[in-house]
Amino acid sequence: MLAYLTLILTCQLAGEFLVGALALPVPGPVLGMLLLFLLLLLRGEIPPVLGQTADRLLGAMSLLFVPAGTGIMMHFRLLGEALVPLGAALIVSTLATIAVTALMMGWLAKAETDG
Amino acid sequence: MGNLQETWVYLNANPLFHLTLTLVAFQAANWLFLKSGRNPLLNPVLGAVVLIVPVLMLTGTGYGTYFEGAQFVHFLLGPATVSLAIPLYRQWHRVRRSALAIGASLLTGSLTAILTAAGIAWALGGSPTLLASIAPKSVTAPVAMAIAEELGGLPSLTAALVIATGIIGAMFGPMVLNLIGVKDWRARTRHGHGQPRHRHRPRASGQ
Repeated sequence: MLAYLTLILTCQLAGEFLVGALALPVPGPVLGMLLLFLLLLLRGEIPPVLGQTADRLLGAMSLLFVPAGTGIMMHFRLLGEALVPLGAALIVSTLATIAVTALMMGWLAKAETDG
Repeated sequence: MGNLQETWVYLNANPLFHLTLTLVAFQAANWLFLKSGRNPLLNPVLGAVVLIVPVLMLTGTGYGTYFEGAQFVHFLLGPATVSLAIPLYRQWHRVRRSALAIGASLLTGSLTAILTAAGIAWALGGSPTLLASIAPKSVTAPVAMAIAEELGGLPSLTAALVIATGIIGAMFGPMVLNLIGVKDWRARTRHGHGQPRHRHRPRASGQ
């Protein structure tokens, strides 16, 4: 478990390093995720303990948003002022995104099975 | 009584207090969420924030002081993001055959999400900071926050918007899908936060 936690942190560190060194426009942890994914592709399987370690971290993921979410207390004024643009953008955009993605997927999947 | 006051002052400045507050608030909110049969309105992250903010306000604690304790939890977002490689790999074999269709759908969906969110907020007079904060709202929270930071938005506002997106998606998503008549599970599963209703969803597609 500790070994895989080390691997995960090493991937993150490598990601952060590459992002900084090459001035890439992606977040370090995202690049770290891609690095780990590539390692898994090379290996061809997920070591069971790595799977467990990742599942445990991901199982607690909701909790990890709480500190950042609490930061909303610094933006109450902004939130109050921008309630209309934020609310409208959120609702319309979320529903439109679901509809577009699903329609596209349904359409392409059908084309795939038909073709 | 002087001792009590001193102890409080000491503890309030100690990271342990706000770290514990974060965990306790989340446990309580999560208990309520599960008890309600996973009602999206009782999202545990939202619940925890609703419990924590009044405590901080009543005790006159600034976000900076709170974060000194909460940062230990926050830090794990990075490793958790890296860990998403595991569900990604597990899904890889399952989705590889329809990779093109999924890739194209996700690309169109992502563009729709970014353009409609930023477009509507812009049209209604949103500031550049606001646009940068809402543009990544349909991405999984840790990544969305990193993107917002990159764009010059407010990561904590983005976190709140991602959660709100998940709640809206969970409440109205099934309705939209039924309305347009989509049944393919590959088209129906997306966005971790809003997914608790689909308990039998394919493993790990939720993040």
